[in-house]
Amino acid sequence: MSLLLHRIDDRFIHGQVVVGWGQPLELKFIVLVDDDVASSDWEQELYRMGVPPGMDVYFHSVEEMTTRLSAYQSDDRVGMLLVGGIDTMQRLVAAHESLRTVNVGGVHHAEGRVQRLRYVFLTPPEEAALRDMQTRGVDVTAQDVPGTRPVPLNELLTSRQDG
Amino acid sequence: MSERSLVVAVVAGHGQFADGLISAVEQITGRGSAFVALTNSGLGPSELEARILSSLDQTGARVVFTDLPAGSCTMATRRIQRTRSDVVLVTGANVTVLMEFLFSIQSPLGTPVGGLTNVAALASAAAEKARQTLVATGG
Repeated sequence: MSLLLHRIDDRFIHGQVVVGWGQPLELKFIVLVDDDVASSDWEQELYRMGVPPGMDVYFHSVEEMTTRLSAYQSDDRVGMLLVGGIDTMQRLVAAHESLRTVNVGGVHHAEGRVQRLRYVFLTPPEEAALRDMQTRGVDVTAQDVPGTRPVPLNELLTSRQDG
Repeated sequence: MSERSLVVAVVAGHGQFADGLISAVEQITGRGSAFVALTNSGLGPSELEARILSSLDQTGARVVFTDLPAGSCTMATRRIQRTRSDVVLVTGANVTVLMEFLFSIQSPLGTPVGGLTNVAALASAAAEKARQTLVATGG
């Protein structure tokens, strides 16, 4: 399987993704799955400008990705599946039993969310969605960059940070 | 407000990148207050974009210096540029580019340099000078 990381990150393509993970994984492509980005040429151009030379980026809606995931999984190159929200990953997990790991890399502050880690804030429905993925047999952990400890979902959901 | 306290640009990046660069400018020139520092730490894309925009609006600055070309501060500024075509973005910032830009806009004593209206050209010239300082030697 060549998609080595299935990441939820509301910043999509940024330093932690292209450098923090991109360098140690020797990442050659990113599959960015998001319905809004997939329908916006401007958004796609913005993210294309963010990837370094030698790294490709592909854009798909969730529906498109459900039919194309296996092709990316059998790609010879090392890749990353990148989504912006927990709901998107939940839809992909529900459609593909082959997605067995999920990396919560960045879900930031918004109204109604409770801070669980420095880089993870969750609403109750988002927590339920992560639990749903776990129930389906997916190993869900939170980890912003490779040098930090992956935080298991059960620990993540019982963590609470103030401020 | 004295001319000396005018903010010429926002510096934004990961961790304490901006604070560090500006502290270096302050130590070298005593003019660190010409820049406003922003960090992306703990901020989602919308919050970050709002903070950069707010800093630009509050200071009247039109230039944003960032660290990584793909960093979230860079992406947020590019989004701002979509509706604010007057905003200038310089990525890969270092202490030299800040000082070159500062002194192209204000004299070392803090007074405006006359006749300079093209901020984008000044930022571009400063970036070119800073690029020339990135040199590896020895080994």
